[in-house]
Amino acid sequence: MSMNHAAEHPAFLEHHFNDAEQQRESAKLGMWVFLLTEVLTFGGLFCAYAIYRSWNPDMFFNAHKELDVWLGTVNTIVLITSSLTMALAIRSMQLDNKKRAILYLVFTLLFAATFLVVKYFEYSHKFHVGQLPGKFYTFTGIQGNNPHIFFSIYFAMTGLHGLHVLGGMCLIGWLIYRTHKNRFSSAYYTPIEMVGLFWHLVDLIWIFLFPLFYLIG
Amino acid sequence: MSTAVFAERNYLNEPAGLKAWLLTLDHKRIGVMYLCAIMFMFMLGGFFATLVRLELLTPKQDWFEADTYNQLFTLHGAIMVFLFIIPSIPAAIGNFVLPLMIGAKDVAFPRLNLASWYIYVLGAFVGIYSMISGAVDTGWTFYTPYSTTTNTSVVSMTLAVFILGFSSIFTGLNFIVTVHKLRAPGMTWFKMPLMIWGLYATALIQVLATPVLAITLVLLMLERLWGIGIFDPAMGGDPVLFQHFFWFYSHPAVYIMILPGMAIISELVATFSHKNIFGYKFVGFSSLAIALIGFLVWGHHMFTSGQSELSSMIFSFLTFFVGIPSGIKVFNWVATMYKGSISLKAPMLWVFSFLFLFTIGGLTGIFLGALSVDVHLHDTYFVVAHFHYVMMGGTVMALMGGLHYWWPKIWGRMYNEFWAVISWALVLVGFNMTFFTQFILGTRGMPRRYYSYLDQFQPLHGFSSVGSWILGLGFIIMGVYLIHAIFKGRPAGANPWGGLTFEWKTSSPPPHHNFDAAPIAVHGPYDYDKVKAESTFFDYAAGREVPRKETVNQ
Amino acid sequence: MKSEHAAHGSPHVLPVQTYLAVAGALLVLTIVTVAVSFVHFGAWNLVVAMVIAATKAILVALFFMHLKYDNKMYLSIFAGSVLFLALFIIFSMFDTLRRADIYETVGHPIRPNAIIYQQTDSTQTSTGSAVAPVDSTAKH
Repeated sequence: MSMNHAAEHPAFLEHHFNDAEQQRESAKLGMWVFLLTEVLTFGGLFCAYAIYRSWNPDMFFNAHKELDVWLGTVNTIVLITSSLTMALAIRSMQLDNKKRAILYLVFTLLFAATFLVVKYFEYSHKFHVGQLPGKFYTFTGIQGNNPHIFFSIYFAMTGLHGLHVLGGMCLIGWLIYRTHKNRFSSAYYTPIEMVGLFWHLVDLIWIFLFPLFYLIG
Repeated sequence: MSTAVFAERNYLNEPAGLKAWLLTLDHKRIGVMYLCAIMFMFMLGGFFATLVRLELLTPKQDWFEADTYNQLFTLHGAIMVFLFIIPSIPAAIGNFVLPLMIGAKDVAFPRLNLASWYIYVLGAFVGIYSMISGAVDTGWTFYTPYSTTTNTSVVSMTLAVFILGFSSIFTGLNFIVTVHKLRAPGMTWFKMPLMIWGLYATALIQVLATPVLAITLVLLMLERLWGIGIFDPAMGGDPVLFQHFFWFYSHPAVYIMILPGMAIISELVATFSHKNIFGYKFVGFSSLAIALIGFLVWGHHMFTSGQSELSSMIFSFLTFFVGIPSGIKVFNWVATMYKGSISLKAPMLWVFSFLFLFTIGGLTGIFLGALSVDVHLHDTYFVVAHFHYVMMGGTVMALMGGLHYWWPKIWGRMYNEFWAVISWALVLVGFNMTFFTQFILGTRGMPRRYYSYLDQFQPLHGFSSVGSWILGLGFIIMGVYLIHAIFKGRPAGANPWGGLTFEWKTSSPPPHHNFDAAPIAVHGPYDYDKVKAESTFFDYAAGREVPRKETVNQ
Repeated sequence: MKSEHAAHGSPHVLPVQTYLAVAGALLVLTIVTVAVSFVHFGAWNLVVAMVIAATKAILVALFFMHLKYDNKMYLSIFAGSVLFLALFIIFSMFDTLRRADIYETVGHPIRPNAIIYQQTDSTQTSTGSAVAPVDSTAKH
């Protein structure tokens, strides 16, 4: 990295690494291994989804009609746009444009909040009409066996995803603060890059959740 | 006259103070802290095991109620699996030796490493809280629907295991990155000690399988707390699905337990035979092969659960493939010893007991993997004996071998060889008395997890219980002389065994930053034939520093 | 050990147009997948939806997550996670979709007059009935 010839031992370089390049690559490899664990965590729920849908295809079709396709589509667009602004925030930091980077991060944060607000309205509607998981399910308008299973899986998957959005928002808030404090530059922006990877994965999981729950044909 | 020295300035006393220990980022200190924690858990789990064996001394109920007995074997299993074996070799010994062996200053993420220890301790406390507040009686597998209906503290114990999973993932993640990015100059993949290959394969399983356990336990807690119905047959759920979820983690987890044991054996066989390992690449890649195949066989735990016959057949067929890389390892270790110059020091004795017991455990595993045989032997003492031969006869023997091997490196001092042999002999005899009888009990139809049994099983059960006392005595003796060695042992010197891997090139105990001069890999980890002439090591039998040549070409 | 970019002194910066084009493609694909879901293809609806979702996921991974330009190690880790997830789902469904394919097993109580059956089968009149209260292998 450019820091190599700028200083013998830059402040961000930890003692057990030889150079900034080794530190950056280690962080990135570690992040990708972490994302692998995330994929497999969600994977368990995808597996449960696949099995219960294969057992009750008609019930899943009938139950999915209770979800609002338009709210789902809006949320998909919001999350994709937030991924774009996240990528652009990293790009701005690569070009040492701190103000631009903060602006994009703030946009990302706002889109994430929008996503959760929409999700809140969807959830509160379901709570209201009794479309709840398992034994709390009181809704009567869905044909088919055990429709509460659909909502058990729906709430488990979107709930876990929502928690990840919330966690991502905390991380993005922390990034905004650190960027504001001049902790990052084109020589060292690893935390932004890592949170970016995390945020894209959250987007990527939603890309699958959206058709699986809202668009059952 | 002894020329061995004790490094006065070392990681144990620099920097000094309790706070420096509790906030340390040094992988060696974290390894030692892990070692203390897992040894405590080993004692606790062993304590419950002796209570179980005590109840089984006679056919009738004499010490514990049926429910208490169920809680005892569950606690024994859960503690031994989640709090002892899984973190034992990777987190305790692995943490200590992995960066040393690849010539790194530390693991890639030292703060994550410390976090992993604190998460382990948190998980342990939640587990202990669970034991006090109405210990679980489900068996360590938490099978539904019993686990969702019993009124013992299932939620707190699953929460403990959930928390422990993070500690395991963090260790695995750290090791993968460390091995990829922090190797010393010259240390190519094929110059790495085989310990590293084993720990790397273990780490792969830890990061691939543990997340599935996490989500499984979350679903179990949701099921129990809010009745989401996914595992409840009365609500259209499927309890067998829980077993798929559970064993997708827990079968690979069996290899989290055994692979690091095999890794230690690879080191010990080469060092104490003073000979290059036979078939380095085969031993290394067989670790990866076991890790991979381990993900394809989980259904062999479910042959009698009501899963489809077709998948039982497929899983049974795939199970036999695990035997191939395991066999490759055993044959290569034996071939390494052939025409080697074997020194029968305590660590090597543990290697022999590993080879003997693991082979029995592995072969009986093949019996159980055969679908038709398993239907007969499922849930009998045959299964109990099988996994104790693999877990204890394999992993624990290797752990003890590794502890004796690296004890002088960790503490800088030597243990008493005489008592080491006594304790090894007691453990070996006690272990076989305890568990070989259980193979016979199992084939005669004694089911597992019962506190009482038919009178005709009394002689075998009694023999087994007596064996468990001998086993316990062996471990108590070991605890005494190992702790004694920490304070009163003779200084061990940098390289008491004549090993060629990097950890022996630094002083004992190692300095804070591991190496005074950055090491460079110029030869392979076991190139005894190439380097024997110019190096010396401290030979305990001779009581002096000797050139390697003397022992190699006798 | 070093990636190809180790020699570079500065980070690898993609043009803005690349990001905008990818985001545009993702939005278009979102609209397409919603539109297609209103057309009835039967089982093919799921296939089409998954193909579109996978395309979107690949776009995000390759460009937003830089996998196209980074060390291929990261790509293989990501592919590995998907591979193991596929193994998990495929093997599990081998069971759940094929129970009782070879022969139907029906549970029979070993001792039909055991207390447990008398308590749970209060509606049944016969005590010697060989029908288990719960058929453990019933298809879902």
